[in-house]
Amino acid sequence: MEIKKIAVAGTLESSDCMVTVEPAKKGIELELESAVIRQYGRQIRKVALATLKRLGVRNARVSIVDKGALDCTIKARVECAVMRAAEHEGRINWGGMIK
Amino acid sequence: MKNAVGREIPEEIIEITGKEPFQGNYYRDDKPITLHGPTIRPVINNQKSKLVGSIREALEKCDAHDGMTVSFHHHFRDGDLIVNMVMKEIHDMGLKDIRICATSLGKAHSALVPMIEDGTITNIESSGVRGGIGEAISKGKLKGLAIMRSHGGRVRSIATGESHIDIAFIGAPTADDYGNLRGIGGKADCGVLSYAIVDGNHADHCVAITDCLVPYPNFPAHISQTKVDYVCVVDEIGIPSKIATGAAKPTTDQRKLLMAQYCTDVVVNTPWFKDGFSYQTGVGGASIASTQYLADIMRERNIRMGFGVGGLTKAMCKLLDDGMADVMLDVQDFDLDAVKSLKNVNHHRIPAAVYANPLNKGAVVNKLDYVVLASLEVDVHFNCNVVVGSDGMITGAQGGHPDTAQGAKCAIVICPLLQGRIPAICSEVTTVTTPGESIDVVVTDYGVAVNPARQDILQALKEAECVPLKTIEELRDIAYSIVGEPDKVEFEDRVVGIIEARDGTIMDVVRQIKEV
Amino acid sequence: MSNPNKYRLRRTMMFLNCQKPSLIKDPYVYKPDSIMLDLEDAVAEREKDAARYSLYHALQEIDYRGVERVVRINGLDTNLWREDIRCAVAGGCDSIRIPKTETADDVRTVEYAIAEAEREFSRPEGSVLIMAALESARGVINAMSICDSSERLFGIALSGGDYSKDLQVPISGTGVEFMGARQHMVIAARAAKVQCFDTVWTNLDDMEGFRRETEIIHSMGFDGKSIVNPRQIPVVHEIYTPSEKSVIFAEKVIKEIDTKKAQGIGVFTVDGKMIDIAFYDGAKRTIALAKASGVYKGDL
Repeated sequence: MEIKKIAVAGTLESSDCMVTVEPAKKGIELELESAVIRQYGRQIRKVALATLKRLGVRNARVSIVDKGALDCTIKARVECAVMRAAEHEGRINWGGMIK
Repeated sequence: MKNAVGREIPEEIIEITGKEPFQGNYYRDDKPITLHGPTIRPVINNQKSKLVGSIREALEKCDAHDGMTVSFHHHFRDGDLIVNMVMKEIHDMGLKDIRICATSLGKAHSALVPMIEDGTITNIESSGVRGGIGEAISKGKLKGLAIMRSHGGRVRSIATGESHIDIAFIGAPTADDYGNLRGIGGKADCGVLSYAIVDGNHADHCVAITDCLVPYPNFPAHISQTKVDYVCVVDEIGIPSKIATGAAKPTTDQRKLLMAQYCTDVVVNTPWFKDGFSYQTGVGGASIASTQYLADIMRERNIRMGFGVGGLTKAMCKLLDDGMADVMLDVQDFDLDAVKSLKNVNHHRIPAAVYANPLNKGAVVNKLDYVVLASLEVDVHFNCNVVVGSDGMITGAQGGHPDTAQGAKCAIVICPLLQGRIPAICSEVTTVTTPGESIDVVVTDYGVAVNPARQDILQALKEAECVPLKTIEELRDIAYSIVGEPDKVEFEDRVVGIIEARDGTIMDVVRQIKEV
Repeated sequence: MSNPNKYRLRRTMMFLNCQKPSLIKDPYVYKPDSIMLDLEDAVAEREKDAARYSLYHALQEIDYRGVERVVRINGLDTNLWREDIRCAVAGGCDSIRIPKTETADDVRTVEYAIAEAEREFSRPEGSVLIMAALESARGVINAMSICDSSERLFGIALSGGDYSKDLQVPISGTGVEFMGARQHMVIAARAAKVQCFDTVWTNLDDMEGFRRETEIIHSMGFDGKSIVNPRQIPVVHEIYTPSEKSVIFAEKVIKEIDTKKAQGIGVFTVDGKMIDIAFYDGAKRTIALAKASGVYKGDL
């Protein structure tokens, strides 16, 4: 999936995270800010990178400001931000690209 | 060397401090100790005035020097102005290597951080620290060691001479010119001076600071003229709105109400809930709500409370004022209603020593049936952590947690299973502050776990079928299944603080946080 | 196509905004019978997409511990509802709630889309149930045909906010404006053997008013009430707790009928009085309620 513009998803409320996706020239650049970075930083990165991979995103600058979100929320926000940034419209591949 | 709660205490720490590792709750029971007295300068000359014009003058008259220990109390809570006021003067005098021995330090005291960084303050002894100071210590900025002690433990360390106070600074809502101090009246009304009484008894010098000088004699005095060297009048000793707040509005958070209900169900279905029972609880929403549920059941079953103790709130004092409790024993007032309730003849002030000192001839906590506590973390061994955040940063205080938990027949900890993504019930707490042997019941929003050492409680709750019982391991597993198992927080090797057990042994050490 | 969940107990159905992770994380601790994950009114127009991703992963990954997961889709007058259904069915929801239902055809339209999604995402046919919210005078007056519209439909719910606007009256708090709709809907639901649910009570400062209203709809025959705050759940469950007397009676009825039937006897007596077979279903419901309320520990 090609990132065409900058897009944001999520909020800074507790248990949520705010994900910003921007076009980038080469590769994935992931920046993470989290109050639980010492305990869950590794896990959050892992989930975010796997989600990006599933979405077929090869080049993007992604920043996550995490407020204690569960994995399911991290995925949902990354997906939403990417879909917005890729200007995706129409039916969504539930259970495939979104998993 | 591993102590009784399985924590590794480095040999060098044992050497430097001369302390032993924690050996279990009753290690020092019945063992003789000698108490310590201060070196004082008597006032025989009736011409001498105790009034001084400034804190600087008081410091000079008390022979302030490098390396001395100064003490403070925290009855003014987040509204305290005394600590910063005195430390600024000490800093301006250019004194170094100061040891602070406080009953607690909080958010009001972040002004001390630069003094830690420049070597004015090199050692801190406190119930705990929050805010900027906690962060500074965790980041290794304090040259010496921070020692965290429970309220009872602090009295013990001062009374035995382990902590020697050179100058005690006692903020007093009212004082007369000869040093009779009361916690009540004035502008910074905090009700009691319970935590500072030991300072008066054992410090070499004692300076009272007040913003309300009253005619002699300010009686009945909570701290007597016989303990006080100097009285200093300043404009303001505290911010009233941050000292005793208005009573907390009853919580409407259903999760807290749910835990409150479980907690009350545990209390009323265990054998000590009978006429004359004793009780202590905290200031959290769930604690206050559970006190209200408890009051309903006391009314229904016609059961009276023999005594209530602790830091008091409106919810507890109402039991006294409504004639449902015989006596309240008070070491701290959290709201204005508790301060007001002091007018009741059965509402008594008690010193911290009477409340919780483990090494006297028996403290009030020993007579407690129930205590309801909170905790940042509880592990599968029932060890509690109330000082160090799950991220490794010092952020809380022991308070009376270890004292009351050990003393009470039934110690209940209320804590939501998850704090955001952080599992409060875990395999191993970040730092042990209260040993699992003191904790009997853990109440969460996902169910209630009973310490297997307390089969009597487990049996009673099983029979009553009143709460969803889980094992502590089940609670941890539920937590991990939701949020995932957390990675272990990484620390540097350097020990920055010690969690001291009530009796002065080492419960755990706190290490410097690793930068990420 | 008979879904065993069609007649499950639904005393409380708690509304939750899909877009709020803190709300959908663990609502089961409050023990509602059902949660209603909302894609419609609670979600701002520009967050409709975000709500779907949240919904999908919540349904897939959060263990709601037996609480029924109903998804409220956007109205049939939008271009959102079809994708809402695909998302909810793919995620694994138990039921779809149709907002602003006016006719039996509305239900059948949704039923068709659900069946299609069940095939697309390999879910057993008929696994997803439907409930219809009636939010207008037309919807309410068509209650009977809506109740009869689909085998998947387990119940209808009154949606008081929109309905009162359609009636051109403000919500009074006394319930007078809902009298006709409530009575009519309960009768239609009972006639069609489906369930009937009451509207929300939004004034959280007036818990007494909430209690009064719940007592009224309970005695009118409603199966449950929509909930906007977990604090309301214990109140509803308390009101729906059967009395000790009725539980004892129900237990006797069930045991008597079961035993006699097994013996081939067609005459039943409880406490010396003849009872009718028609008591049986009611008695079963009483025992189910008593179990859910934690007041029945017997062996039925």
